[in-house]
Amino acid sequence: MLETNKHIEQKDFVLSVEGLTVSFDGFKAVSDLSLYVEEQEIRVIIGPNGAGKTTVLDLICGRTKATEGSIKFKGKELTRMNEHQIVHAGIGRKFQTPSIYEDLTVFENLELSYPRGRNVWGALTFRRDQQVIDKVIEIAEMIFLADKLDMSADLLSHGQKQWLEIGMLLIQDPELLMLDEPVAGMSVSERQQTAALLQKITKDRSVLVIEHDMQFVADIADRVTVLHQGKVLSEGSMERVQNDPKVIEVYLGH
Amino acid sequence: MNFIAHLFARYQLSHMLILALLLIVVLPLSMDIFRLNLIGKYLTYAFVAIGLVLCWGYGGILSLGQGVFFGLGGYCMAMFLKLEASSPENTAIQTTPGIPDFMDWNQLTELPWFWEPFHSFGFTLLAIILVPAFFAFVVTVAMFKRRVGGVYFAIITQAVAAILTILIIGQQGYTGGVNGITDLRTLHGWDIRTDEAKYILYFVCVALLFVCLFIGKYVINSKLGRLLVAMREREDRVRFSGYDVSAFKIFIFCLASVFSAIGGAMFTLQIGFMSPTFVGIVPSIEMVIFCAVGGRLSLLGAVYGALLVNAAKTSFSESFPELWLFAMGALFIGVVMAFPNGLAGVWTTYIEPRLPARLRSPVPPSTIPAVAVTTTAETSSTPSANPTVEHRHAGN
Amino acid sequence: MFADYTMTELTSIFAMQGFAGLTLFSVFVLMALGLAIIFGQMGVINMAHGEFMILGAYTTYLTSNVFSSYLPESLYSLYFFVALILAFLAAGALGAFIEWAMIRHLYKRPLDTLLATWGLSLIMQQLYRTIFGPREVGVTLPDWLMGSIALTDMVEIPINGLFVMAITLVVAVGVGLTMQKSRLGKQTRAVVQNRPMASAVGINTARVDRLTFALGCGIAGIAGAAFTMIGSTGPTSGQLYIVDTFLVVVFGGASSLVGTIASAFTISQAQSTMEFFLSGSMAKVLTLLVVVGILMLRPQGLFSLKIRK
Repeated sequence: MLETNKHIEQKDFVLSVEGLTVSFDGFKAVSDLSLYVEEQEIRVIIGPNGAGKTTVLDLICGRTKATEGSIKFKGKELTRMNEHQIVHAGIGRKFQTPSIYEDLTVFENLELSYPRGRNVWGALTFRRDQQVIDKVIEIAEMIFLADKLDMSADLLSHGQKQWLEIGMLLIQDPELLMLDEPVAGMSVSERQQTAALLQKITKDRSVLVIEHDMQFVADIADRVTVLHQGKVLSEGSMERVQNDPKVIEVYLGH
Repeated sequence: MNFIAHLFARYQLSHMLILALLLIVVLPLSMDIFRLNLIGKYLTYAFVAIGLVLCWGYGGILSLGQGVFFGLGGYCMAMFLKLEASSPENTAIQTTPGIPDFMDWNQLTELPWFWEPFHSFGFTLLAIILVPAFFAFVVTVAMFKRRVGGVYFAIITQAVAAILTILIIGQQGYTGGVNGITDLRTLHGWDIRTDEAKYILYFVCVALLFVCLFIGKYVINSKLGRLLVAMREREDRVRFSGYDVSAFKIFIFCLASVFSAIGGAMFTLQIGFMSPTFVGIVPSIEMVIFCAVGGRLSLLGAVYGALLVNAAKTSFSESFPELWLFAMGALFIGVVMAFPNGLAGVWTTYIEPRLPARLRSPVPPSTIPAVAVTTTAETSSTPSANPTVEHRHAGN
Repeated sequence: MFADYTMTELTSIFAMQGFAGLTLFSVFVLMALGLAIIFGQMGVINMAHGEFMILGAYTTYLTSNVFSSYLPESLYSLYFFVALILAFLAAGALGAFIEWAMIRHLYKRPLDTLLATWGLSLIMQQLYRTIFGPREVGVTLPDWLMGSIALTDMVEIPINGLFVMAITLVVAVGVGLTMQKSRLGKQTRAVVQNRPMASAVGINTARVDRLTFALGCGIAGIAGAAFTMIGSTGPTSGQLYIVDTFLVVVFGGASSLVGTIASAFTISQAQSTMEFFLSGSMAKVLTLLVVVGILMLRPQGLFSLKIRK
């Protein structure tokens, strides 16, 4: 472990998490965790329930405040920033259950996520110009929803809602995309489409994914990090992780 | 032509025109000045109700302290008028001439410092806008930054209303106490008590109301309006789309407060006094019901709600005073349980579908389902409110 | 400020004010306990809580009238205990009915509950006014509750105040035990923490909600009965306390009964001590301002749990 860390520290990291700890009334959900993500890397975090996977994403995007440790994104310290500042820095986050605006149309969902007019004055004077419309249509085609732009978002299927949320992140053009179980509850064909989508959108950005579906993980992951009880248990290629006796112990031992 | 048609749709101009016709032509022609003055009074509450549509209906922020801002606006105006009415000639019989009569009764011998600037009408007009906006900012900034919302916020605003009322009543030497600031006469020498003045003030009030309606409509139609709807549903998602949610909430709350304050100032001008009875908990929550009756998502509905509830209140109180509280109570329960979208909801669900297509308006972004009072199945009533959710929320 | 008083006088003043504060504290606790159960456990804002309290007060008033008119005088000294039970039952039964007719439909819309219960409070106030008249009514205290105990020449402790404190103590301990030990208490806490799970293990959550709401209202009824011992009752007496009580509950950290009691103690003591130095209204303004100020900076209240999301 230590050796690999030393080895990769020489490269350029988009995200470096070091010594991250958070405790809830004494219970350490994440404990002294370190994690490095390279540019254009797809990193998948796996681990049993309660391992602290979602908490790690919460910590990075500022939803939960860390007790100790540092999170550096392109040299900026995130632990002291607010959620919206972290988004402005270039991080996008998808939630586990699709989190979209069901009262609004697909177009409006994407439009609201378009990164312009993000303060009060900007929102009051925002105009739906051709640039916005073009971008919305471009993203909608990417997420297979081009023909549903005027549909109210609550009429979409579960899988389509997941895509819409991914699209809402894409329109922000983040450098680091964090996805919490993006294919949960999707049909087989939807999973394949999503995997293709992810491959396509990661060309110029890094992605951090939490996933349980091992086939899906094997399909997309550059590298895999296994979390267990808030600590990194193992890290490396899918093959290496699958053969790590510690991982086998945790997954099969109980 | 296209542009005008676009404006018509965007601002529901046809509905606006009907209201304008009613307020500018029908009511003034059909009523004597006493009744019209009453309508003017009801319209001052409509300012508050419009503000509540923005912050409660769209923003999901229920304030039970809008009377505070109504009162601040009203008191600013009253202080100016009172100073003009307390010229040394008018108050020659006092121990200290030149200060308001209630100060003299309370053994004050000079004008308190915070009264001094209200000699200037320009300052007063600015204060009517800025004092409530600043106060609203102070009240909300700490709380919205800490993600306090929902019922917590409602309780705090209610406490603020209680505090201000007790303060005004307790400090009668400075504020006129429980009687308020009365006996207001002239504005720059123009007697506001004559019938002619009342007509003019009524039309000023209507004009200002339409200014507020258009501002409100503009805000709702802007991206900010859609963000408010989005925030009500998925606050976290808005935050993670890169918006500072608290800034939007503070803005909409301050805007609502300024509307209320304009209403308060117009109240003082038209009725000729301001007192703590319009500041406290009871009037504040009544203002919410004006908004709820009209429809919490409809700006125009709020105006009709304020007019109808107040007209009902006046006629009830004239003929069956003891029944009014029953009616009011029933109104609260009935609107919330059976017609959560108020008159505007009744209009869009029951009346409009029967109208010719060109008279219809775009569907409002969201409506709240009414309670099926006849429900007997236990499952349909399974509560999902989890108090700890909000609590955790507040704990961050 | 203190120069005019001797040391013993000052001590006695503080003792007397402290005691007055304790009586206020008792009423706060009794009202706040019911509210804390309903708000803290269920997340429901009951704006008619004050009117449920007044229902208890009027029940006590009626009971005392019945005792003095129809029953032998020797029994009169006992009427209050009967009234306590009746007040609890009356307010609790009405609470259960209101939960069934109104509250349960609105659990998903807490702000609307607030408005609907406000409407209920208006109706109840007008009902009281129609039935009992607009004037305040009082009960005749039994002989054993009159008078006071003289501790020193200057410090006198009124017996009725002591009695109210005793009731408060009994109710607080009772509520604490109910919530911690009884089946209903455990079920309530289970429902609060995880409603679907509680429902899945066979807890009738609708019934638990109804009983919890009724219990909270019943305690308000007891508060009303106790209230008659120290003051008279009018149709709008309940409304006077509602804001203070909500602040007490929120200030204490909504889901913590210990927090509620601690916060009731802090607020009542601060207010009654300041009342001696300032006018009554300024003392209240200052107390409320401090509480609101603290809540703005620490919205979770005095006692709270940090929970993993």
